[in-house]
Amino acid sequence: MPNSETLFTVVTFIYGLAFILYVAAWIFKKSLPGKTATGVLIAAAAGNAAGFVLRWAESHQMGYGYVPLSNLYESLVFFALCIAVIYLVVEYRYKVRTIGAFTSIVPFLSMAYASLPSMDSQIQPLIPALQSNWLIAHVITCFLGYAAFAIACGISIMYLIKSASASPDTGAAGRFPDAETMDELTHQMIAFGFLFLSVGIITGAIWADQAWGRYWGWDPKETWSLITWLIYATLLHARFMRGWEGRRIAYLSCLGFVAVLFTYFGVNLLPGLHSYQ
Amino acid sequence: MNSQKHAPTAPAPFKDRVWDFFASVRLSVVLLLSLAATSIIGTVIPQNANPSVYARKFGPDLYSVLDALSIFNMYQSWWFRLLLCLLVINLVVCSVRRLKATWKVIFPKKTHFNPDRFKKAPGRIEWQVSDTAAGDLKNTIEQYMQKRYSHVQTRQEDNSWWIFGEKGRWTRLGVYGVHLSVVLLVIGGLMGSLFGFEGMMNVPEGEARRTISLRHSDETRQLDFSVRCDDFTVSHYPSGRPKEYRSDIAIMEDEKVVETHRLRVNDPLRYKGINIFQSSYGQNAAEAFTIVFTDTESGMRFEKKGAIGKTVTLPAGRGKLTVEDFSGNFAFRGHNVGPAFLANLKPASGEQRPVLLPVNYPKFDRMRGGDYAISIEDVEYTYYTGLQVTRDPGVPLVYISFALMILACYITFFMFQQKIGIELDDSGNGVRVAVAGISERKRPGIKTAVRRLAAKLQKQTNQRTAG
Repeated sequence: MPNSETLFTVVTFIYGLAFILYVAAWIFKKSLPGKTATGVLIAAAAGNAAGFVLRWAESHQMGYGYVPLSNLYESLVFFALCIAVIYLVVEYRYKVRTIGAFTSIVPFLSMAYASLPSMDSQIQPLIPALQSNWLIAHVITCFLGYAAFAIACGISIMYLIKSASASPDTGAAGRFPDAETMDELTHQMIAFGFLFLSVGIITGAIWADQAWGRYWGWDPKETWSLITWLIYATLLHARFMRGWEGRRIAYLSCLGFVAVLFTYFGVNLLPGLHSYQ
Repeated sequence: MNSQKHAPTAPAPFKDRVWDFFASVRLSVVLLLSLAATSIIGTVIPQNANPSVYARKFGPDLYSVLDALSIFNMYQSWWFRLLLCLLVINLVVCSVRRLKATWKVIFPKKTHFNPDRFKKAPGRIEWQVSDTAAGDLKNTIEQYMQKRYSHVQTRQEDNSWWIFGEKGRWTRLGVYGVHLSVVLLVIGGLMGSLFGFEGMMNVPEGEARRTISLRHSDETRQLDFSVRCDDFTVSHYPSGRPKEYRSDIAIMEDEKVVETHRLRVNDPLRYKGINIFQSSYGQNAAEAFTIVFTDTESGMRFEKKGAIGKTVTLPAGRGKLTVEDFSGNFAFRGHNVGPAFLANLKPASGEQRPVLLPVNYPKFDRMRGGDYAISIEDVEYTYYTGLQVTRDPGVPLVYISFALMILACYITFFMFQQKIGIELDDSGNGVRVAVAGISERKRPGIKTAVRRLAAKLQKQTNQRTAG
């Protein structure tokens, strides 16, 4: 029986293949690689999900029994899964594959990072503070939010490429969805991400209140999640109240995702409760 | 309107200009971004550290400037709180003003539907019904609409019928719910930081304490009750990672136990508005242990029972050893060597000298190069439990704001007001049915709503004809 780690390594390559096929379909304007790309991405996501369940089972076999969402390795695996699933839903509902060329790279990179030799991928039992159902809710909602923001950022980059292109309606950029659809989709993703980030921050606060007696401690990770929240709140107000759209929203969406990345990775360089071992 | 008299040349009365300033979305955007930008400072400069650490890092001049700006405790500083208060004022003023203006639009006395807007609405769906009379079709659809929508109106024009309906009007209040939740959150947070406290207390097993030392200060505080630790246990995984810390504690008032609780991490005790959390633990003292003397030449072991303050004789009368002190975390040349005993060795001949006996490094004493290497084994520790003690009167308000924020965010982003217009056009050979919907702010979801409604109506009208 393969262990979850081996499975995740295989899944990494399948994600890579899906990404290459999406790019090929977009550049060469072919439908066959496009359809294959969707199939391969579904396979990768299924493998990813199976690996998640397998790791869960493995932790039980080892006698620890925990939902595998407790360290950087496990979070990267879950992040990849969230992006793949949300993207597939978007592809199914909007029938556009070009977005895959810009978003399917994120699960690949996330899994590749998790597969680095320096990454600690051992199943470790949970220290007392992490033994909480609020933690599970916190991680799941945060990563659904992060994943939606990642896809929003991918679409925003497409929007910026298209609007900077000399001939936005022909060539590679011409195969992107029209500007209005991309703008709308960015907004949809950000609204979804904002709701889940809010729930993620709130469940984290409740967990902290249960474990340490304070719902907010201005720890760097908490503060950076708030900074991310404030940036997306600004974006939503700029759009609704001041009528911003198009390029300006796309830039803000990219800035927001930079804050997401810093909240996720950059904060580990700073001292605090959330720094993963 | 007195202000008008005092400033007749002003373009707008002062009061109005202040009102406008606080009501502007530009101010909201500036405040949100200022809060985001200034928050970064506290993540780069560790907060609430010892002043001497900062003085060494920044130098005395820069230190005093930064200190004057409360950079080292910025999230509790006057200027950060000012930004938060401005945000609250801005939110309240903005919301009140917008609500005043839009209330009549959202809740008009009479709902008005304009057929032209439905004719031009994107995502309009049309189909042809040939076997049902327009009047019957109208009745079926009208009945269906009355069940699912409010303010249903029917209008007849020449050869056609219009059936209008509306729902989700109240969802336009969702955004005000989000704003209210932020206001409640900030108020709850301020209440906590003004009237609450946060501190630590270490309670040795078998003893009771009532004094807590407050976080980030040298002050202490007396509780109205005392906390007794009856038992503390720590369990480990085989790898050595801690698995569970647990304290059996008793709350005592006037020497009487009023409540007991098994305290675990993530399972606090709340008593009289004060929260008690399992936070840390430490080894307080070693009650009993074995002193091992190993002959450095022959490797022979000699064991003696030891206790703090007790003097034991070395094998063959080579001297006397007095164990004087114990430390749970001893630092040897800057390295933490864990639990260690400090003893005084008085050899039979020669000067007495101190020896360090770290429990986890039994060969440590060999470095001394004596006849016997001394080590300590079979230590029975007593523990103290580290309790975090907090009081935060803002928490109920904060939790209410959490629930409101999630609910209101969902309503704002995923629900919307929709107006539906259904046109029945009787051209003589069949009826053309057209379903169209409009929403405030052109929500993309309206197209899906119209598609679903059309599918339902198609089913309804077919069933009707079948029956």
